[in-house]
Amino acid sequence: MRPSAARLLNILVPIKRAVDYSVKIRVNPQQTGIDLNVKHSMNPFDEIAVEEAVRIRERLKDAVKSIKVVTIGPSKSAETLRTALAMGADSAIHVEIPDSAPPPEPLGIAKALRAVIERQKEGVDLVILGKQAIDDDAGQTGQMLAGLMGWAQATFASKVEVNTADKVANVTREIDGGLEELKCQLPLVVTTDLRLNEPRYASLPNIMKAKKKPIEKLSATDLGVDLTPRLETLKVTEPPKRVGGGKVENVDELIAKLKEAGITAVKA
Amino acid sequence: MLSLCRVVRPLAFRARRCAHNPAFSHLNTVTEEDVAHFSNILAPSSVFSTIGSNSVSSNDIATYNVDWMGKYYGKATTVLRPRSTAEVSEIVKWCAKRKIGIVPQGGNTGLVGGSISLDKEIVLSLGAMSKVRSFDPVSGILVADAGCILQSLSEYVAPHNHIMPLDLGAKGSCQIGGNVSTNAGGLRLLRYGTLHGTVLGLEVVLPDGTILDQLSTLRKDNTGYDMKQLFIGAEGTLGVVTGVSILTPPAPQASHNVMLALPRYDNVLPLFQTVRRQLGEILSSFEYIDRTAYDMAIDHGHSRIFNEEELKSTQCFVLVETSGSNKEHDEQKLTELLESLLTAAKPLIVTGTLSQSAAQFASLWALREGLTEAVQKEGKPYKYDISVPIADFQRVVDVLRDQLKSRGLYGDHAVSKVMGYGHVGDGNLHINVIAKHGYAPEIEQALEPFIYEVVASLNGSVSAEHGLGSMKPHALHYSKSNVSIDWMRKIKGTFDPLNIMNPGKVLP
Repeated sequence: MRPSAARLLNILVPIKRAVDYSVKIRVNPQQTGIDLNVKHSMNPFDEIAVEEAVRIRERLKDAVKSIKVVTIGPSKSAETLRTALAMGADSAIHVEIPDSAPPPEPLGIAKALRAVIERQKEGVDLVILGKQAIDDDAGQTGQMLAGLMGWAQATFASKVEVNTADKVANVTREIDGGLEELKCQLPLVVTTDLRLNEPRYASLPNIMKAKKKPIEKLSATDLGVDLTPRLETLKVTEPPKRVGGGKVENVDELIAKLKEAGITAVKA
Repeated sequence: MLSLCRVVRPLAFRARRCAHNPAFSHLNTVTEEDVAHFSNILAPSSVFSTIGSNSVSSNDIATYNVDWMGKYYGKATTVLRPRSTAEVSEIVKWCAKRKIGIVPQGGNTGLVGGSISLDKEIVLSLGAMSKVRSFDPVSGILVADAGCILQSLSEYVAPHNHIMPLDLGAKGSCQIGGNVSTNAGGLRLLRYGTLHGTVLGLEVVLPDGTILDQLSTLRKDNTGYDMKQLFIGAEGTLGVVTGVSILTPPAPQASHNVMLALPRYDNVLPLFQTVRRQLGEILSSFEYIDRTAYDMAIDHGHSRIFNEEELKSTQCFVLVETSGSNKEHDEQKLTELLESLLTAAKPLIVTGTLSQSAAQFASLWALREGLTEAVQKEGKPYKYDISVPIADFQRVVDVLRDQLKSRGLYGDHAVSKVMGYGHVGDGNLHINVIAKHGYAPEIEQALEPFIYEVVASLNGSVSAEHGLGSMKPHALHYSKSNVSIDWMRKIKGTFDPLNIMNPGKVLP
């Protein structure tokens, strides 16, 4: 992999088209997965990733050479790419998989992303991904990609500052105990956490411009990657339903019901 | 130039909270015997009274005695929550016999003091009658108790791919009986019409206790006078609505919304014409939000939709929603509209945003629907819900602001904000005058009858959708002739000769 020019940054933002977070999830009748005939949109953490790339460019101006977004998904994923382009990405890559193909797993995606990175003639300095997708909650792709590339990784980022002159980035991570500050050398994989930024609404002029931005189409074969899942889902079921409460007429009935449930009074 | 009707008249003194209100002298106060009777005919959890053997404190019934805005305080000693139409009938029969006033109350989200007991009336809450009686997924006809909350009904019909024909910010609390009784408008009226069209039948308990069952589920029935139309919008003064039969439209397969930023108010009307022409049948809402209201929403925590640069030249905003049966078709129509707006020789808009996900769709609506709550946090609002020609919207707001300035009442010491937002597609504007430190007589006197005169001079309505309640009976004459008001009194006298049903409301 060729290092990029001293001060120019090439950013790659992989995004995923996932079930919209406002949808009421239902298990499909065959119990093999969830009903996918619902609204989809860009994974919210990926929106944050795209937003961060655009903000880095707003801060560093010409130091950012390109912001590319890539998605590995069926034909409808192209809409998600258009949204990212409307938010400010320059160009997009669509690794198209057949509509009937099973959803790829994180390792397959990470391998595909590695292949995409290796195809970039100008190299990639920074990959920003969502920390997890809200449909599988795997939270693995960013870390696997860093491992495959032998790159530094800074996950669950709540703040990112890039210093192109020294080719380092200061990243604040959200961890259980609080915040951790890392200084990482580029090239770097960053995964975004919720507090990193608030994604912008795509403005109309940008939505119109996005229609003219290029989308490169590739297939898994072009990348030499096998996206067949290695895990088999046996069964998907809903969690047990919550039993509702009951209404009582008066305090006496309440006390009787509490006694029935085995709750005794504490002696004063 | 806006022409103003300056009528010289002495300032009217309105005794809203005087101890002995002559308007109620024909009614009796609730006694312990009355409470005992109610306790006999109703379940114990249906009777709340500060008098009698099982009395509660006035705190316990406080929520029934104050309106949502905290502007109108009621005096009821007794609140009843019947569980069936038969129980409502028995209550009304007794009240008719004893000449006790009745205030039917739904979600208590009304904005004109129509759901509050003004003197000695009991509050008859429909909240405990909240069952769906039937739903036909083929025709979409829903029959429900009056106490069903609007949002619950939306959630009930959603799995069948239907929606309620009306939607408003109060949906989590307002009840369908109240919606019907106030002929509520809301955010979808532009597309689905008023309740006068979508309600197919009503079950009403008349002021003598008789149950009038016209809960038809027929789409078409031209047999005799259509009496339900009288109860729709009567604000509980002709009877208690206990059951509603309503036609629910199919849920749209594709919904989109767009927030547009306009450089000047004058562009709203041509924008509306352009949008309506190009979107045609998929247009479902067209809402106006002025700059003051937008800034307030952002102050109260809504995420920024436009950046500083875009806002520099923005005077007002429009929220457009489309609902259709085909996503690609709707997107194409929208894209063509937006492109034409942006590339026009003289653009009507500065910029805009098209929601890219269900989350953004909900967020754009949340800004518009959250305005009413944000207003409550700013201070105490004087609300004027008016219908005037669209071209005059902004001028009415500006003239009102100037009026307050001329009285030295505009500023952080009195009225901190004057803003307008609303269903511009229906010609309906909600003006909110925010009294930062609370309601004050000098502010009210500066506003009324000034605003009503302005509206009358434009041949508008002093109450587009909120109704008259106890706030506006005195202003009815600004929008209706004496002949009309006379005949309204005759109808009231026919249904309710004893004047026990929501007395003091609607008619002056």
